[in-house]
Amino acid sequence: MKVLLAPGAGAPPASNPPSRPLASARPCLVLFAFLLLSAGIGHAQAGAGTASALEVLLRWMPLLLKAFVFNIAISVLAMAVGTATGTVLGIGQLSGSRAVHAVSWLVTQFFRNAPWLVLLFFAMFLLPFEISVGSVSVALPDWVKATIGLALPVMANVSEIVRGAVRSLPSGQWEAAESLAYSPRQTLWLIILPQCIKRMLPPWMNLYAILTMATVLASVVGVSEIMTTTGQVLASEGGRPDLLAPLYAFVLLLFFVYCYPIARWTVRLESRFSVKG
Amino acid sequence: MSWTAAQPMVSITDVRKSFGEVEVLKGISMEVMKGEVICIIGPSGSGKSTLIRCINALNTIEHGSILVEGQEVNVARLDKLELRKKVGMVFQQYNLFPHKTALQNIMMAPVRVLKQDRREAERRARELIAKVRLQGKEHAYPGELSGGQQQRVAIARSLAMNPDVMLFDEVTAALDPETVGEVLLTIKELAQEGMTCILVTHEMAFAREVADRIYFTDRGVIVEQGPPATFFSGASDPRTREFLSQIL
Repeated sequence: MKVLLAPGAGAPPASNPPSRPLASARPCLVLFAFLLLSAGIGHAQAGAGTASALEVLLRWMPLLLKAFVFNIAISVLAMAVGTATGTVLGIGQLSGSRAVHAVSWLVTQFFRNAPWLVLLFFAMFLLPFEISVGSVSVALPDWVKATIGLALPVMANVSEIVRGAVRSLPSGQWEAAESLAYSPRQTLWLIILPQCIKRMLPPWMNLYAILTMATVLASVVGVSEIMTTTGQVLASEGGRPDLLAPLYAFVLLLFFVYCYPIARWTVRLESRFSVKG
Repeated sequence: MSWTAAQPMVSITDVRKSFGEVEVLKGISMEVMKGEVICIIGPSGSGKSTLIRCINALNTIEHGSILVEGQEVNVARLDKLELRKKVGMVFQQYNLFPHKTALQNIMMAPVRVLKQDRREAERRARELIAKVRLQGKEHAYPGELSGGQQQRVAIARSLAMNPDVMLFDEVTAALDPETVGEVLLTIKELAQEGMTCILVTHEMAFAREVADRIYFTDRGVIVEQGPPATFFSGASDPRTREFLSQIL
């Protein structure tokens, strides 16, 4: 490296006195070019890691995509669990029973106002590694715990979405159903919630996009999702600093390609429903 | 103790009801016989709507008694299902279920609540749609219907439960003037068929034509009542006279 640098830096001032003003800038540029070049040469000499960023990316693509699919799977599962429990919690917030209402409200507010990463840590360290029911024990791998940890804030947000949507319906719907002798449960499931789905869909999809992007938090607790995997790829490529930007840019691209259509679709649904009322 | 048609179908005795500090019903009594058409008129805020909402327990009362075919409404553990099978109600804002078609709005409660056979319920629903003159609108959603059409679907929906008494809470107040007539016609036909009807209304001409008796309420009390002929021409109370002079 130093052998190559020396002639480049020393040559211009010696052979070309008239271009004096540029002399201070030009050596810097040359120096930079040489540095880049030498980096390549240095790696060429190292032998194993000669591949370009693109080649590295292509080589690890299947693994990275698989890891990303794992992120998607975690997001879908956490969303499903969060939606189911959040719906129950949201309905609980609307309950006529004061105790049910209070508990649902408290749980919702607690998990809604907690940092996701902290909830994730709690889930990782508080949940046992396996659950035993009688003689049957079910293992709880890290990714399941992470999914539960991510489902908690989703649950709280879904609870608020459900509560808000039900509240936004005119009370006349409840009264009409009541006067037609529907039970409160029938009213909720046959009349109120079906009307709410339309109102709940855009915020729910928005929440899903946020959740998907938050799945990378699971890397902090050691789940081998896309961030963890990218780190491992970098390590196995010898920790080349020039690969950092391309690989993480690829990860960003994956999330963008997945989440952006959801965001566009959400906006479309919102505008469609706002017209209909 | 079972109820017979010789007794009042709806018997209201000394009913009191407050919203917070404001007492809106201050001892109301009223009797409605089977087949009677009763119109309740009076200034806004006189408790008319509250009164008929109490009859099917949408509002609870603090004092007094409401008997519907002998069933006491003012009890702690009210059999609401039993009560609401007997009492149908139509609202000012129609309150149709917007995610269901006209036909579904009508047949859903018979199927889900009365556990009627679906085909039988649909046959009956189509009959009722014809009765309220909305053939061809079976599969229209409420949003695609005019106010008057929606209100007629709401009437049909209520009738599908085969109620013995129908409550109408200012059902034409939210309608465009040109669609008021079609709704009133539907109610009139219902009354002529012998349906027991209790209406809160501002349609004086209609009340005069259809009602058997008219009740005038003001500030939570019944000021006077009587058949339309004597009520409109010979109202004795100054409050009634003042009200009538304002609107007639």
